[in-house]
Amino acid sequence: MTVGDPLAQIHMQVMWNRLISVVEEQAQALLRTAFGSVAREAGDLSAGVYDLKGRMLAQAVTGTPGHVNTMAVAVQHFIDRFPLADMKEGDVYTTNDPWLGTGHLFDFVMVTPAFLDGRLVALLASTCHLVDVGGRGFTADARSIYEEGIFIPHMRLFDQGRLNEPLMDLIANNVREPIEVKGDLLALVSCNDTGCRRLVGMMGEFNLLTIDDLADHILVNSRKAMIEAIRRVPNGIYDAQMTLDGYEEPVRLKLRMTVEDERIVLDYGGSSLASGYGINSPKCYSDAYSIFGLKCIIGPEIPNNAGSLGPMIVEADAGSIVHPQRPSPVTARHVVGQMLPDIVFGCLDQAIEGGVQAESAGSIWVLAASGGARVGNTEGRFNTMSVCVGGVGARPTKNGLNSTAFPSGVGAIPVEVTEAGSPLVFRRRELLPDSAGPGKYRGGFAQVVEVESRAGLPFTVSAATFDRLQNPARGRHGGKPGSPGAFGLVGGEVFHTKAVHTVPPGDRLRAQLPGGGGFGDPFARDAHEVADEVKAGLVSVAAARASYGVVVTEDGEIDATGTQALRGGQS
Amino acid sequence: MTATQNEPLLRVAADIGGTFTDVALEDGAARFTAKVLTTSQAPEEGVLEGLAAALGKAGKTIADIDVFLHGTTLATNALIERKGAKLAFVTTGGFRDVLETGYEKRFEQYDVFMDRPPPLVPRYLRLTVTERIAADGTVLTPLDESALVSMIPTLKAENVEAVAIGFLHSYVNAAHEQRARDVLAEHLPGVAITTSAEVSPEIREYDRFSTACANAYVQPLMAGYLGRLSTAMKTQGFSGALLLMMSGGGLTTLETAQRLPIRLVESGPAGGAILASHIARENELDEVLSFDMGGTTAKICLIADGVPERARVFEVARAYRNLKGSGWPVRIPVIEMVEIGAGGGSIARVDAMQRITVGPDSAGSAPGPACYGRGGTHATVTDANLALGRLNAARFAGGSFNLDVGKANAAVAGAVGEPLGLSDEWAAAGISEIVEENMANAARVHAIERGRTIDRHVMIAFGGAAPLHATRLANKLGIRRVAVPKGAGVGSAIGFLRAPVSYQVVRSQQQNLVRADLDTVNAMLTTMEIEAREIVTPGAPGAFFDVSREVDLRYVGQGHELTVPVPLGVVGDGDIKGLIAAFEKQYRAHYGLIIPDMEIEALTWSVTVASQPVNTMATPSLSGAADAAPVGVRSLFEPLRGGGEEIPEYWRDDLAPGQAIVGPAFIAEDDTTTVVDRGWRVSVDNRGYLQLERMDDV
Repeated sequence: MTVGDPLAQIHMQVMWNRLISVVEEQAQALLRTAFGSVAREAGDLSAGVYDLKGRMLAQAVTGTPGHVNTMAVAVQHFIDRFPLADMKEGDVYTTNDPWLGTGHLFDFVMVTPAFLDGRLVALLASTCHLVDVGGRGFTADARSIYEEGIFIPHMRLFDQGRLNEPLMDLIANNVREPIEVKGDLLALVSCNDTGCRRLVGMMGEFNLLTIDDLADHILVNSRKAMIEAIRRVPNGIYDAQMTLDGYEEPVRLKLRMTVEDERIVLDYGGSSLASGYGINSPKCYSDAYSIFGLKCIIGPEIPNNAGSLGPMIVEADAGSIVHPQRPSPVTARHVVGQMLPDIVFGCLDQAIEGGVQAESAGSIWVLAASGGARVGNTEGRFNTMSVCVGGVGARPTKNGLNSTAFPSGVGAIPVEVTEAGSPLVFRRRELLPDSAGPGKYRGGFAQVVEVESRAGLPFTVSAATFDRLQNPARGRHGGKPGSPGAFGLVGGEVFHTKAVHTVPPGDRLRAQLPGGGGFGDPFARDAHEVADEVKAGLVSVAAARASYGVVVTEDGEIDATGTQALRGGQS
Repeated sequence: MTATQNEPLLRVAADIGGTFTDVALEDGAARFTAKVLTTSQAPEEGVLEGLAAALGKAGKTIADIDVFLHGTTLATNALIERKGAKLAFVTTGGFRDVLETGYEKRFEQYDVFMDRPPPLVPRYLRLTVTERIAADGTVLTPLDESALVSMIPTLKAENVEAVAIGFLHSYVNAAHEQRARDVLAEHLPGVAITTSAEVSPEIREYDRFSTACANAYVQPLMAGYLGRLSTAMKTQGFSGALLLMMSGGGLTTLETAQRLPIRLVESGPAGGAILASHIARENELDEVLSFDMGGTTAKICLIADGVPERARVFEVARAYRNLKGSGWPVRIPVIEMVEIGAGGGSIARVDAMQRITVGPDSAGSAPGPACYGRGGTHATVTDANLALGRLNAARFAGGSFNLDVGKANAAVAGAVGEPLGLSDEWAAAGISEIVEENMANAARVHAIERGRTIDRHVMIAFGGAAPLHATRLANKLGIRRVAVPKGAGVGSAIGFLRAPVSYQVVRSQQQNLVRADLDTVNAMLTTMEIEAREIVTPGAPGAFFDVSREVDLRYVGQGHELTVPVPLGVVGDGDIKGLIAAFEKQYRAHYGLIIPDMEIEALTWSVTVASQPVNTMATPSLSGAADAAPVGVRSLFEPLRGGGEEIPEYWRDDLAPGQAIVGPAFIAEDDTTTVVDRGWRVSVDNRGYLQLERMDDV
């Protein structure tokens, strides 16, 4: 072995590590400077580094899967629009095109070319969910993209270091919170600068003139690892179906997973046509969540980059709800998109020994509340978003996670933070008893949220993202479904649609999120665990008996004889 | 106290760690140390044994001690091992599960089998009462005291040993929490009660409740231990002052420590940072990076003008690959450090992408690295160091046992060499390179997050493994100067001897800065200073105290704050302009721009009262001539040359001030070996520090 080889090999590894550190730093900088609770508290943002072929080399693990894979292809579209030869130092390009970016107008993608000694060497990209983009706000009520807000095609936000002021003015004049929106856009620019500086610094340290060799090393090794992971899945064709509530009619999803040696094809052919409302998931976003579902079962440790993502292919019919065409509305695209891992799991469950996680509550419920807005009076006006989540599906060897976002990676916004910025008062936010899908391993418990306003005025809530009211998360291998979602007024009225609803003064909104599905026969569940959950107030005595065949006495003990009788020979 | 002003005080410090209890004693200019095994069942026994050993060397007794300074990992260990009190949590009706659901987030995106740590209080002991306070402090629903009374039988029947109380928005209005505490205390004599507003009066319910529960959970244990220690020492004639080291780097009284034991977590690492800060002041270094690398982790702390960076949130008991989110948040004043799973025992592997990974899991001390010959088979950083020739197999840990080079080579070959087709030396070089890169990345990111330029810093390296990697880490960071103090093996205990008596009081008070109600702010700051003075005065009678104040500011709508100093005295409109200017300056330093037209809000105010730092440093006795010769030579593998080279090894005790050696060289001592890389020069200064300087750009 020559002296140079092993040293080069070790340096390659060090640089790969460094690249991951660069994008992490980029994402952290963004997290600290972004406005709007969805980005800053819930972490709805991402950052990545790309070679000159537009191939993603590394992406921050901060952020949500919806951004992870969409950004992987978004940069290629920028290169198509702005040829490399025309890129100048100090340029920054942007778009919020849902089809060429990350799936809805709320997400602006920002791309900055990185230069070393005047030569273009790489591209840095980032994205985050802005506070507002005008239009109908965060609802699913728009009937086309034209109603959903301002649409910025691929444009230069900075031209050789000079801000494109007309563009900034145009955006600012079309949104409800112009100062925050400007702040977010500048935060994206600034975090890319951080990434560029760090990348160029690394290249100097290792005397690199290009990152091409490093890119090849990363992509080849990652691709190899992903192919090995795919080879562990038996070749075959696996089908699954899933029904969601949808907006105007139920959404029927069909998926065929074809595993052939070195690649996996996920084909949504035959799924419902696009909705007339904004729950459609653009193909880039459908790809993102489908691949996420696949990857977290077959290759969770493999980093996201063009090499590892390549062997996973997603296909869908143009015009369907998972591949809507312009001008379909897409604001609440996650309602469908975040359900896709569940249907991918439905296919994988047939292919993977021991099965995979049961269905989950899926798409997060975004509680977008606003009120106080009267013409000519901004006093007491508020516009706030908080994130509510349900139960995650049971794992083949473990209970599901209670009240946790899955597959989304966002986190909860503290009640105290929401209340400090609005007249809202949460009266309840806790686990919902009997909401977990029974099983040998139960699904996750969902939460129930009750919220009112102190202002003595009505407020509105968009139900755009509330799904699984009619179609609860299903169990697997004999596990039972989680409880369906429900929402309405504590005063009595029950809401059924994804429209914007009004909560009158003195009343409260109540939202019961969907529970996670169970895994395996509930009668095989450890009776002591059931009794413990009865003691904890999470499972009622009646449900312990009916769902699990466990008889719990008034003093919390297990009635062994009664339990034996109910469970019979089943356990 | 027995000493007069003319007579030097006898100051003794003890630091209880997971494995060892370290004692450091200073009598005027003389320093004596002792290291004994920690006696986990009754930790005071180990402390007394260590004290006896160190006092014996100095010819003193416990009765001669003027000031005893103490830090311990007991609270941290109780949280990690979940060996605290049987705890109940009383909270606002409708919010029974805040402790369990936390941020409702998966800390590991791709692992569908991950679990969040179970809360310290099971659901059946999380009890709710009807009450509600709004974000502005208004009482929306009065406290239902009868609900409190009716939970007494349950608490008694369950033999609850401690209770935490956490109500929404208590950081603005703590009246309900205080009343609930009074009601419960009346019925539950002997049960420790913690309210969330007293431990952490800050917005964000999960963090505050988590902190309250962690405090209540360790309180009976810590109060009992501290009481026993104090009694045992008094029995042996101790009549001096007993002060406890806090995570924020200050000392406090026994009474405060018994009430707020959560403030004692991470006191050991804080001691290390205090030592580094002291060295920074002694050497008049403005910007210092302290690098403390032990068996399981490395800790990096930035020190500016002799003061370590501070923070107010920390995560204890991370249970999953040291990942953020896998432990519990604790909002207390802490010295800000990045801790990474990179120590001598960290385990090296090759992953599916053919990458070398190191840590965060560690082989610990049992079985330990493969070269210990105690049954360990994993390749660790220590094994790599031995395989490269950086360690002297016969003189490790003061020569107490021999390291097995064959076992180290075999482990490194099996874990890394064979999978990657590398020779033993190259595989070991790869492990070393990756662990150093991991530390360098963490340090770099940390510095950038704090708006600092890393290559302007001087590194102070201590802990058993740091001097082995210090010059190589410095090369990666562009740092040109490194100092290695002597006696770094008991660095935390020595650090305690330098710590001020101090206390920080914090309050959340969210206000738009321009429209702030300054009367309220001034009244609050005055109350906070009085509260802090009441706590510190008994710990340092007659001392002169420094007061410092800070406020966390952010643009309205952002989620991350920057901390800005607040001038002393009554805060007026002119001061507000100063705060805005200071914020914008810092914001620009951090993020390269400011947001014009955006309003700025104040979130949390803090007041710290601290005795002036102790600047008398005992000088270790130095022996030897300034021209000491190497004690031997050893072959060191040098990746840049692709082969081994004979390197001289010096014994540190032989070196006297003034001696200078050009690298590559080894400087060995009982606890560690300093590797002087090629391109570096080392000299010994008058205090006995190794001062390493980079000579050129190699």
